[in-house]
Amino acid sequence: MFFPISHAHVNPIYLVVVGFLIGVLGGFFGVGGSFIAGPALRLVGIDWNFAVGTDLAHIVGKSVVAAKRHRALGNVDLRLGLIMAIGTIAGAEMGAQLIQALKRAGNINFVVSVVSIVIYLSISIFMLWESWKTLARAKSRNPGSKSGSLPAKSDESAFQHVTTAIQRWRIPPMITLPASGVTISLWIILLVAFVGGLCSGFLGGGAGYIRMPSMVYVLGIPTHLAVGTDLFEIIISASYGTFSHAIKGNVDILIALVMHTGAAIGAQLGAISTQYFAGPKIRLAFVPLPLIGAAIVIYTMFTGHKL
Amino acid sequence: MSPRSKTAVRRTLRAFALELLIYAALVTVYFFAVLHFLGSWLVQLETQHIRVYAVVAILLIIGQAVVLESVTTGLLRLLRGGRSE
Repeated sequence: MFFPISHAHVNPIYLVVVGFLIGVLGGFFGVGGSFIAGPALRLVGIDWNFAVGTDLAHIVGKSVVAAKRHRALGNVDLRLGLIMAIGTIAGAEMGAQLIQALKRAGNINFVVSVVSIVIYLSISIFMLWESWKTLARAKSRNPGSKSGSLPAKSDESAFQHVTTAIQRWRIPPMITLPASGVTISLWIILLVAFVGGLCSGFLGGGAGYIRMPSMVYVLGIPTHLAVGTDLFEIIISASYGTFSHAIKGNVDILIALVMHTGAAIGAQLGAISTQYFAGPKIRLAFVPLPLIGAAIVIYTMFTGHKL
Repeated sequence: MSPRSKTAVRRTLRAFALELLIYAALVTVYFFAVLHFLGSWLVQLETQHIRVYAVVAILLIIGQAVVLESVTTGLLRLLRGGRSE
């Protein structure tokens, strides 16, 4: 099938399948999946600028579907999502400015690669340690159980003491989030969102790999709510990114629409699947995702090929 | 996962497999009917009115998301006898 906007010939079935796989990941983990979508579009010869912009447009659609499904399951904190969108957009702008500064300095590829590898590995190692410890603690409470004593959709964290300490910082204004059962300073929410946006602007993609864990460990949001709220927040921030890329001529909306037909059903499958897993198990299953991102960056660094 | 959960997962996956088949047929029709006719108009918009194209692009993807979500939810409800999850 010929896509006249990006002048690319791509098999639509390939796009639907890629969309479906990313949709499942997005619905289950609350991530945009750009670390897979970007390289997948590059593999079939779509220019890098179109791969980035088109992926963002497809993320908007996929997040609408997954967030709607999560909302029906009671997994979206709208108030938190709206507040976070402000911080994310500010952070994304700052990240983009940093990229421009590095471009001028002339060492952008090396710096971005090293920073992304460090961030991806840190997230994976930390989440592996925390979720493993939480599941082991649950199992020790109920030694007869094979998979620990955590029922589906329940949540707890071995990092809870730090989260509780952060929640005690009473820097006004304090925000009550009834859906998440948390009262926390507005500034902490904005800071978490800003860091996520910074990573998004600096490293590309939606940065769900850092925002979802931050919402759980820093803000104390239950994992299922963090996944759903992150998706809701991604709708706003990815729409902003799509507009920004589209006016620069980097979005082939026809490719995004085709990819999205697969993502729509994958996102539903992923979102519904979260109902059958406890929070720490979702977090443990999340661990390989940043590692895949790190592997792609390392491959790019050492071979010089942009996947 | 408890045996009850496993049964629920199996039931959901079976419904999804059936849903995929119906959905694939609908999507094929959609490709030819809608995207084919939209293509030339979008190319024209992208070359002549890039800002309008940017807004239309976002509206199209959100619109498609809302429609497809309703279609998949409706299909799933139909296939699972009134329950969507």
